[in-house]
Amino acid sequence: MKKVQPNHLQELISSFAGKDVYIHLETTNGSYAAHFNEGFFNAGAFIRNVVVNFELGKVAGESPHRIGLKLPAGWIYAQGITHYKLDEQGKLLMAGLDPEGKLSVALQISETPFD
Amino acid sequence: MIKKERHVLVILPHPDDEAFGISGSISMYREMGVPVTYACLTLGEMGRNLGNPPFATRETLPQIRKAELIKACEALGLDDLRMMGFRDKTIEFEDDEKMVQLVTDLIKETNPSLIISFYPGLAVHPDHDASGRAVVRAVRRIEPEKRPTLYTIAFANNTKDVLGEPDIIHDISDTFDKKLAALKAHASQTVWMMKDLEEKLAAGDPEMNSRFRYERFYTYNWENDFE
Repeated sequence: MKKVQPNHLQELISSFAGKDVYIHLETTNGSYAAHFNEGFFNAGAFIRNVVVNFELGKVAGESPHRIGLKLPAGWIYAQGITHYKLDEQGKLLMAGLDPEGKLSVALQISETPFD
Repeated sequence: MIKKERHVLVILPHPDDEAFGISGSISMYREMGVPVTYACLTLGEMGRNLGNPPFATRETLPQIRKAELIKACEALGLDDLRMMGFRDKTIEFEDDEKMVQLVTDLIKETNPSLIISFYPGLAVHPDHDASGRAVVRAVRRIEPEKRPTLYTIAFANNTKDVLGEPDIIHDISDTFDKKLAALKAHASQTVWMMKDLEEKLAAGDPEMNSRFRYERFYTYNWENDFE
């Protein structure tokens, strides 16, 4: 994965608009957050291989970026995206990596299911 | 001293759980000629450490961790590794009975004299707790006189309040190099800490030596069942 180039990422996201696509969306503090820091309120969410068809997708803000997908009757967004890659299978992988290299957020879009 | 066993069955959810918790003991069992079966439930797919700059993606991490797991087992002389195909962070959401059955099947097949897993509720990660729950429930169904011994790993911050001190402490000095090799094999999870760890160990740091040269277990006490 490379650091986000907003214009290139925008092109890639737009290429998935109007198609049935599989989504991976994840936010995490890690399962040990409240172990190492007692009292930490550990929250996160995870969806994988949910199919949507978004009409408009946008890259917003300076790095770390926000990515929003407008659905016919709803929304998906992710905040904190720093890196991206179109992998060998044509899956668009976006991640927010903190300065230590730990994933905090991921948004991935693919025309075929994730393994 | 480490007690000789007929067969040891290890059930843990993540590649690297074995390296941190019990790799010295696994090596000692293997050196004694004791067969060890390790059922690793997931491939640690949800590991957070991808590096910055990144060395992996969410989608390539599982294959990297699978290769690391195989390498770690080789370092320990462990030749019966089972990768069970579950997904990281989902064990507690699987059907409970299905998980118990999976453990029951492994017990029936391997006929272990000792099982090693996590202590349910005192193992910090939800997958650890869920693995331990399934193991305890499966073993509980066996008639008391036929039950294998169950060693559990507990490291929640309140462990000593609940269970007191561990009753089984393995001095793993003799296989410490293999433990280090297993930790190093899980590079995606440990590379950031190995240099610091080795320096502290070489300098005789008491906390690190106590933590890594001894492996501690609580023999599961059926008189004080977790549920």
